[in-house]
Amino acid sequence: MSEIDNLMMAVAEAGGEKGILANEDIAHLAVNEHKILSSNKVEGLEVEAKETLTGIEAKVTVLEGMKIKNPVHLCFGVLHKRGTQKIKMDVRLEKNASASFIAHCVFPNAEKVRHIMDAVVESGEGAEMRYSETHYHGMYGGVVVIPKAVVTVGKNGRYFTDFTLTTGRVGRLEIDYTVTAGEGAVTELTARVFGHARDEINIKEKVVLSGKNSRSIIKTRVAIEDEARAEVTGITEGCAEGARGHVDCMEIVKDNAIAKAIPIVYVTNPLAKVTHEAAIGSVDKKQMETLMAHGLSPEEAVDIIVKGILK
Amino acid sequence: MPLLEINNLTYGTGDKSILDSFALTMEASEIHALLGTNGTGKSTLAYLIMGCEGYKPSSGKIIFDGKVVNDLKIHERAQLGITMAWQEPVRFEGISVKDYITLKNKDVNPSHYLEMVGLHPELYLHRMVDKSLSGGERKRIELASVLALNPKLAVLDEPDSGIDMLSTQDIINVITSFRKNGSSVLLITHREEIALIADKASQLCSGKIICTGTPQEVAEYYKSRQCLVCRDEVCAYV
Repeated sequence: MSEIDNLMMAVAEAGGEKGILANEDIAHLAVNEHKILSSNKVEGLEVEAKETLTGIEAKVTVLEGMKIKNPVHLCFGVLHKRGTQKIKMDVRLEKNASASFIAHCVFPNAEKVRHIMDAVVESGEGAEMRYSETHYHGMYGGVVVIPKAVVTVGKNGRYFTDFTLTTGRVGRLEIDYTVTAGEGAVTELTARVFGHARDEINIKEKVVLSGKNSRSIIKTRVAIEDEARAEVTGITEGCAEGARGHVDCMEIVKDNAIAKAIPIVYVTNPLAKVTHEAAIGSVDKKQMETLMAHGLSPEEAVDIIVKGILK
Repeated sequence: MPLLEINNLTYGTGDKSILDSFALTMEASEIHALLGTNGTGKSTLAYLIMGCEGYKPSSGKIIFDGKVVNDLKIHERAQLGITMAWQEPVRFEGISVKDYITLKNKDVNPSHYLEMVGLHPELYLHRMVDKSLSGGERKRIELASVLALNPKLAVLDEPDSGIDMLSTQDIINVITSFRKNGSSVLLITHREEIALIADKASQLCSGKIICTGTPQEVAEYYKSRQCLVCRDEVCAYV
């Protein structure tokens, strides 16, 4: 079986569609470690990608006014047990452009793998970008994932991200996102992670509402069990008139796991408003009792509640 | 053999007695309305029957279908055929209405049960059972899920209460559906007009049943009595 078949098999196991690379109407970039296995462009989307010693560098541009119909698929994998993959991405959406990106990050056999993502995103005036990243790490827990993104959302732009790591072991995760939202811009950052065994989860997401009437929500859902650790820092700065931000963190803790939530709200303009909510603890007792009154065992009830918040 | 037999049930917190030597018997397929004002122990009784955490009687027996269930956990009682619709149903993130109604039995048709509680399936099946639902919508979905379980006994804790109240006719329709399914219902309510649909009714006051009879008799009693201790509330101390 070829390298790309193996990669796409892992993507399929992680819930992705195996056939996406064959569809000419769908743009994609498939990378195993530091090797670009396949790529496809569509009208309005420019991709310049090159291999480096330890990964790839890619410059992605969505041209002004172009709406990319199908999601752009990014398949990043390390199929070997050991390896390092550094992805440097420079993404630019020009004025009034829009595109959705779906990233599949698969490390199914990882025993000692490092995946480092360093992204700079510039979303222009009126542009809309959706970025969904789903990870599959296998059961060894030997993965270190360090995604870092610095994002600028222009006037009336919209930026949505969704990070999901709920299948297999996490290993060590260090998310560090910073988004600056311009006038009238809307930003939503969502992360869902399920940690097991001795996994370590650190999520730091920051939104700076620098533009008038900008809006944001940071939503984090984490479940941890066994000896896992999680620390979630959600920061929102309201710096302009009419800016509205909200930080919403929920962590479910089982066994000997330890969770920490640090919501930071910082307001420098009296006409801005930022709110936060954080809930950490075991599974909600009333939710449990409700499901048990439907005949579910305590174990089934916990499973449904946890899957629900991570969905 | 009665379906539910509660004998000499006593429960309290600290020095406060909530249920005092409480007794109730229900037959299979019986709709029994339990009337009472706030704080008389109605919801406590529901939690005791269901076996909620922290609700363990200090004395007395709850016998369901010939089996003492005092020491059974909630899900064990549910598996015997007892279930409950909560006064204030909780919300769940990431669980769709469809999945919620079919939690225990994937073979039921969720649309059918939504229609039974007056909701259009096409508008609700794929919504989440979360904060996006109003109080009234959530209550209807709870009732639909309880109907879908086809229980032997459904304890309905004040289905008529809440900010977004269900109408009398909605409740009557739901009770009628339980009746058609052959389920027994313990209907906990403040409202005597709702109780009229029941086969039997009881008046609860200060943790004791003070009157049992036809719904008309009990509703009449409920309306006509005033308590000297609780002022205008119906009470055992009349």
